[in-house]
Amino acid sequence: MNKTNINWEIKPQSSLFDLKLKSTWEYRDLLWLLVRRDFVSFYKQTILGPLWFFVQPVLTTIMFTFVFGKLARISTDGLPQPLFYMAGITAWNYFADCLTKTSTVFKDNAGIFGKVYFPRLIMPLSIVVSNLVRFGVQFLLFIVYMAYYYWVVGASFAPTMYILLFPILLLLMAAMGLGAGMIISAMTTKYRDLAFLVTFGVQLLMYATTVVYPLSTAKAEYKWIIEANPMTAIIETMRYGFLGKGSFSWTSLGYSSGITFLLLVFGVIIFNKVEKNFVDTV
Amino acid sequence: MSNIAIKAENLSKAYQLGEIGTGTISRDLERWWAKMRGKEDPFLRIGETNDHSSKGTSNVVWSLKDINFEIEQGDAVGIIGRNGAGKSTLLKVLSRVTSPTTGTISGKGRIASLLEVGTGFHPELTGRENIFLNGAILGMRKKEITRKFDEIVDFAGVERFIDTPVKRYSSGMYVRLAFAVAAHLESEILIVDEVLAVGDAEFQKKCLGKMNDVSKGEGRTVLFVSHNIVSIKSLCDKGILLENGKVKYLGEINQTIDSYQNTFPSNQEAIFKEISDIDKSVGFSFLKIEIVSTGLEGSFPIDEFIEIKIQAYQNIKIDSLNINIFFNSPDGTNIFVTVTDLLYLNEAGIMEFSCHIPPNILNDNLYVLDIMAVRGGVTVIEHIKDAICIQGVESLRTGVWRDKFPGQIKPKFKWLTKKLN
Repeated sequence: MNKTNINWEIKPQSSLFDLKLKSTWEYRDLLWLLVRRDFVSFYKQTILGPLWFFVQPVLTTIMFTFVFGKLARISTDGLPQPLFYMAGITAWNYFADCLTKTSTVFKDNAGIFGKVYFPRLIMPLSIVVSNLVRFGVQFLLFIVYMAYYYWVVGASFAPTMYILLFPILLLLMAAMGLGAGMIISAMTTKYRDLAFLVTFGVQLLMYATTVVYPLSTAKAEYKWIIEANPMTAIIETMRYGFLGKGSFSWTSLGYSSGITFLLLVFGVIIFNKVEKNFVDTV
Repeated sequence: MSNIAIKAENLSKAYQLGEIGTGTISRDLERWWAKMRGKEDPFLRIGETNDHSSKGTSNVVWSLKDINFEIEQGDAVGIIGRNGAGKSTLLKVLSRVTSPTTGTISGKGRIASLLEVGTGFHPELTGRENIFLNGAILGMRKKEITRKFDEIVDFAGVERFIDTPVKRYSSGMYVRLAFAVAAHLESEILIVDEVLAVGDAEFQKKCLGKMNDVSKGEGRTVLFVSHNIVSIKSLCDKGILLENGKVKYLGEINQTIDSYQNTFPSNQEAIFKEISDIDKSVGFSFLKIEIVSTGLEGSFPIDEFIEIKIQAYQNIKIDSLNINIFFNSPDGTNIFVTVTDLLYLNEAGIMEFSCHIPPNILNDNLYVLDIMAVRGGVTVIEHIKDAICIQGVESLRTGVWRDKFPGQIKPKFKWLTKKLN
């Protein structure tokens, strides 16, 4: 056969670095339709509909304020407690949702993956974008809280210019959740145990991140552990940007970015490798 | 040769049998170690064919083994073979759902594969939303779907329900909509697994018609897997016969089907088959089955009487016994059952049950017969699967139609013709 007449080839192994980004781009319409599906199916046949997006962060904030603020009296760097917790929860939830949903992507979509081919990367990407919708709603709530405390309660906090880093923070959280999630998802196709680890692992990880306490209160001997967690710098930067309190340094943000990049690249590579034969093992 | 649509070279696919979950870490490490030293994968070394019935020594089985074929553009190719011959695996590899273990497939043009109807349909979404979602999953761009939207809805016949969630659809509507989306995909190659088994006869006809248009009218390449020999015959012009993961025959569809039918365990001379010896400890057992006809070597003329004699031994008193003969097609689909009246057997001994099949009932097909003894209408005492195979042959044909008549049976009915004015 004339080489020029072939426009596709199915081979046992393609290069590890063939990430199929081009064909993924060709399926971008599918990405939007999947996001739409997730959004629409989430609130169909519910009474509160999209309002459910608010319920979780509001209740969690109330709970944290009560337990960590009122009972345990953990410092909030002088910020109004609900505001402090909400900033952390909103950001953390986005990362956690991306991670947990992505980590089960093969298992959840085994039916579709077993019957139709499309660039598999679309699925985790659609999860990250779907969660962005949810994050957007929760973020809006956070802004409303901020406005309320600023003008009505008159709390003293001032956003800094680092607020401009917000899009980058969002990107970092998405990429980190995606990367780590894909690594786990690839491994769970063979070793199911990991799936159990993820659910409570994410919960535990939250306490190793500065969601319910500020980095400034961490004792020096543990501080490095908390700082080694790449999510810490992101949440601290977010608080520093929006509320003016927290610890920000370019070094720690740079460290987080580096880790995120590694996770993402490694995640995409391992995901692409597993994707080809997972139908036989899952 | 520039008009080749698909070319498979030395295509093989191995599956691992048994537990995949436990013990694989050590196996993975072993495999990795072998790879590092540049050695062959230790778990793929033993080449075994995909024979499901015999238990092999290694736990790697080759579902496809050294498959080579070329399919030209515009061909409609039927892939046939018994269960487990590798048909589905081949389609999966072609659709890229799973990758081959060795070998390559190369080709030209976009592939649309329909291994299942309605993949990715979300029950909560409306028909309209699902058309877009499903279309996109199958690889269509949004504007392409918008362009074909009316055509799809029209083909499926669901205009009134297009804004209703598909979970409220009848199963027929659901399947129609799903097939319609896939059928309107603009692809050069269409791969269809046995999806037409669902839906009513009229819709099946519509689907086959559409696939016919696709292959003959639009010059696209169609690969079709079905157990339904008749639809394969009407749709395809080429055939690939798979047996135990290998290509057994490749060529014109009629020859392919012929060699397929020869793969059945034919007891060509055994028009008479011993089933078991007399065992007095067993209450009831079939002894033998015999076909009495003028045909030769397991065949019978379809326009003559045949007699099926079944002998059985019984040493208990059986009230209300039925003897059943199941007429099945080679793929195992039951065509009809014939059953005795209720029998009351009081004495022990060898019994003979004889069944007369009148002429002009069966077609010139291969039939696989099961025999079954049932007590009291519900309790199966004995069931002999695939007891005997018989091949109908047509000796005399009147009229001008020279090809095979479709259908599993070919009864002769009375026809009257009269002039009304």
